[in-house]
This record gives sequence, C-alpha cells and structure tokens, in this order.
Amino acid sequence: MEKKTIFQINGLYRDDYRVTGYEFGQGEKSACVIGNFRGNEYQQIYTCSQLIRRLESLEKQGRIIKGKKILVIPSGNPYSINVQKRFWATDNTDINRMFPGYNLGETTQRIAEGIFDYIKDYTYGMQFTSFYMPGTFMPHVRMMKTGFEDVDLAKEFNMPYVVLRKVRPYDTTTLNYNWQIWETKAFSMYTTSTSRLDVNSANQAVNAILRFFAKQGIIQYESTGGFVSRVLEDADFVSVRTKTAGFFHCITQVGMEVEKGDLMAEVIDPYEGTVKERVTAPISGTLFFSRDTEPITYANTAVFKLVPVQE
Amino acid sequence: MIETIAKVELPVDETLYIRKNRIKPLGEDCGKRISIVTGIHGDELEGQYVAFALQERIQQNIEHLKGTVDVYPGMNPLGIDSITRGIPAFDLDMNRLFPGNEEGDMTEYLASKIVKDLEGSDVCVDIHASNIYLEEIPQIRINELHAKELVPLAKKLNVDYIWVHAASTVLESTLAYTMNSRNVPTLVVEMGVGMRITRKYCEQLVDGIFYLMHEMGIWTGEVAPVREPIVSQDGKVCFLNANMSGIFVSETKHWMDLKKSDLIGKIIDPLEGKVLDEIVSPVDGILFTLREYPVVDEGSLIARILEQ
Repeated sequence: MEKKTIFQINGLYRDDYRVTGYEFGQGEKSACVIGNFRGNEYQQIYTCSQLIRRLESLEKQGRIIKGKKILVIPSGNPYSINVQKRFWATDNTDINRMFPGYNLGETTQRIAEGIFDYIKDYTYGMQFTSFYMPGTFMPHVRMMKTGFEDVDLAKEFNMPYVVLRKVRPYDTTTLNYNWQIWETKAFSMYTTSTSRLDVNSANQAVNAILRFFAKQGIIQYESTGGFVSRVLEDADFVSVRTKTAGFFHCITQVGMEVEKGDLMAEVIDPYEGTVKERVTAPISGTLFFSRDTEPITYANTAVFKLVPVQE
Repeated sequence: MIETIAKVELPVDETLYIRKNRIKPLGEDCGKRISIVTGIHGDELEGQYVAFALQERIQQNIEHLKGTVDVYPGMNPLGIDSITRGIPAFDLDMNRLFPGNEEGDMTEYLASKIVKDLEGSDVCVDIHASNIYLEEIPQIRINELHAKELVPLAKKLNVDYIWVHAASTVLESTLAYTMNSRNVPTLVVEMGVGMRITRKYCEQLVDGIFYLMHEMGIWTGEVAPVREPIVSQDGKVCFLNANMSGIFVSETKHWMDLKKSDLIGKIIDPLEGKVLDEIVSPVDGILFTLREYPVVDEGSLIARILEQ
C-alpha cells in the first residue's frame, strides 16, 4: 500500500487541503474508488476506509493480480467534512458539479481538474455518492444513460439493484458522467445512508466491490452472497408524495414489501398532534427510498420511492 | 393588483407564497406585457430596489402606462428571508430547476407555476446581482443560441456591457433558457454585488427598463437616452484567478480604460505582514467584474476583463 497526496491547495490559516490516495498493486490503472465530495458524506468515507483495510490485507497475502493497480481516494473534500458544510465552504460550490474541471479556473474547478487528471485513465471507476435529498436507500449501483453505460457489467457487483438514470442538464458536470465520456466504466455506488454510519451496509458495499474486482481479474478473492441485480430505470419507480406538511411519522422501512393500500407514514399536525394525512402505498412493491431520516415533511414532497412487484 | 402565482403549505404554521404585482392602465386591458423578475437567488438583492423604484415611477405618472407591467420581486421568498442563495431545506439552486413540473416535488412545482405565469409576456427581464464575492458593472448575459433576437433588446436596457456567452448544457435548466425556448424573450441582468443594493446601478437599470417600455409602446412618458453598451463574445474575456490563498485588497482606481500592467489588487498575508502576490491587468480593457469579498483560496476569481 502506498499513500500519496494527489492534489493539494495551500490554506491561509487552515492546514493545507489535501486529497490523499491509497494505491495497491502496480501496473495498469485498473480500478479507482472515490469517497466523498460533500461534507456530510460520512458513510462514503467510512466505506472507503473499510475497503482500504481489506485491500491492505489482500495485498499482504499477495492477492492483487500482478500488473494491476487499484487506487482508493477516501475523501475528495476533507475541508468541508471538518467544518460540517455540505459544499465547499468558501463559496458554497459543489465539487461534483465541476467535472472535468479547469486548472486555471475557480477553486473547485481546479480541485475537480486535479483529481480528474489523476483518475481519468482508470478502466473502472466507482464513486460513493449521495442523493440531493436526505433519506435512506436500498443499496444499488447507479449509472447515467450516456450511451457508454455497461449494464451487464454493473450487474457484476451483485448489488440488489442497478439503476439507470436519464441524463439531465445539470448531470453533465458530475464525475460519473465525465468518467463515462472519457471511457472509464463508471458506477455510482449507493449504500443505505449518508450522514449516519451504517456498518452493515458499508461492509455489503465493500464485498460488492471486491467481488467485482475479482470478476474483472484485478484481485484473487472468493466471495459468497450477493444478489441477482434487478435493473431499473427512472420511470420504473413510483413516487409516493405527501399532500400536506407537518411532522413525518414513518412507519415503514427501506427494503420492506408493501401491499397496495398499506399504511406507510402519517403526517402529524405540528401543534395539535392529530393525524393530518395517512400516506398509503399506491401499488404493491418494495420500498426503495425513504425520507425516514427527516422529522418534518413539506407538501408535494416525494417521501418514498417504490419498486413495483416484478411481473 | 397583488396576485399569488403559487403557494405551498410549510410544515409548521406557515405558507409559502410567490406573488406578483400587476400594474396596468386604469380600467383597460390592452397593450404589450413586460415582466420584471428578481429574487431567484435569495442573496441577490439589487433587483429589490429596481422593483421598488420602477413601480414608484410608474405610479407617479400612471397616465403614461399603455400596457401591462408585472413585477415579481420575490421568486425565492425563503431564500431571501434566510440570506440563502438556493432554496433553503432543499439545498437546490432554483435557477437549475426550470421548467419545473406541476406534478413534481415542491420546488419543481413552484418552478412550473412561475413559468406558466410568465408565459404570454412580450419581454421578461430577470434581474440578478453578482454573488457576495464579486462586484459586476451593469451587464446582460446572453446565450449565443438566442443572441440574434436578444442583443437588440438588450441594447435598450442602459447597461454598460452585453456578454454573449457560449451555450452550456448546464444552463438549459435556467429560467431564461426556458422562457426563451418558449418564445418569451428573456434578458438576464447581472449587476452590483450580493447581499447589497447599489442604488446607482439600480437607477441606471430602471432608466433602461423605461426606455425599453417606451420602445415597446408600454410607456408614453419621457425617457432618458440610454448608453451604448459594449457587446462581446467569450474570446475577448480574460479571467484573473488567485494564484494562492490569502486576503485580497483592491487597488483598482477605475473600471474603464484599464491599461496593460495596471495594478488591480494585492493578495496579502496578515500573519506575516507580507504581500504574497500583485495582480496586474494582462491587457488593455474594461474591468467588468472585480473581487469584493477579501478572503480568497487558490483559484478564487479576482477579476474579469474585456480586452479592447
């Protein structure tokens, strides 16, 4: 294992901003895994830390295939983590909206360029990321439909789901999109949580990545478990919205099967404590996403996403 | 007449309203319609004074009004009230949500209601300030896709500079792109600095709006002549970024007629009492953007200069 500073900006009063990478094996740039870009993505760093621990052990056992190199960058943005701001604290910009970056541009454009220049030639790229809305997910691999996406390859993580996302204008400056355009096989990895550590989900993701590495001939690794991934597109999900606003009392949990009409949540009047709204399942299916981390809900807000029962 | 164009219930004892004021000739319903929009970014306040001053002057001479003026001063009311650029709680830039979706989430719903209400305008002016980091001279930014139609309109608005910039996929989710795509000519004004009101710039733009309304037949009162703006494309714009972290102090004496090697400012280190860098103009030109907020990281934008 070799620890390297792959990008750095000098601070005025703070310690220098550093992006640190851990390299395993030597040879062709086979796989790169990156953790957080946002300051609330604790689970994303944690998952990378567990991957680094496992890869260090595998390397000591001689299980990194000769001629293959793996790079893990646990954090693309330690500065924001340390001040608990989601975006770059000085100007509130999102590094994951700055790719492929620009080395003569603004600070986060330079950071994006510095990182991207280092990682753009890897064959496989995996990014632990988070959704713009807080909540809990079923673990899945997400890909953008750029025309370069490889769905069959994504199934080799054996995560429960592979989700294909239609590209929207603002997606074109993300790492995942640009990795794909530069012909890296890119995957966004979602574990259950973001700002809360879920050890089991992190371990599941680490196993999925090691399993994937083994299938691509990057490491020797015997894995058990895993899922036959179900492939979904944006249009396959059924959003469940609250009609009213108030306290959000969630009754269901991500991963649960619900029948049409089942009670999923209640919206409680914040002053009088009465039930304003009963949120019920509009279809039978599996609960894929829930805003169960939030004590309140707004009106017209998608609080759940359901995957319909497979025909 | 105050009209609510969208409203949404908030969790605890509050409703979010987006409102406009429609001003039209007494008892008449005729003429063209201009819509003045501001407050999409909650920390950009220059448009607040423009909305006020425009209406005050119209009301003082209402007999000259021959069309409809719709003023939308607070598109992002929660952001304006909480000194937040985006929509608080959702952490979203409202100007990346258009055209929105009436059946979508709260933020998408609001965006769709705004678009629906603006449809039918003959011209729309979307007033932004700079952010808190930069000061901008009054300028209009136009996507090259819509330049042919918008540049002649922009010249009537009494700004100093019109920047025709390259098309970018990211910008397709802005209000201006959406409205221009729906045949509502929409001009994006940038001026001043975030969280402040620069009255000189606001008055300059109000003069321009009256001139534009006069040209459209909405206003028959006397209007002041407008200045001839400089029109340029991307290739002529120089970006100056900080080479290191520090505190920026401006040494700029003037914005127009900048000469090559003129000192724009210094980056200083208060810990050691040293000047870390001197920033000079690489070209002769016009300084149209200048750093306002002193703290800079390596890469922070210091200035934009239009080469002449």
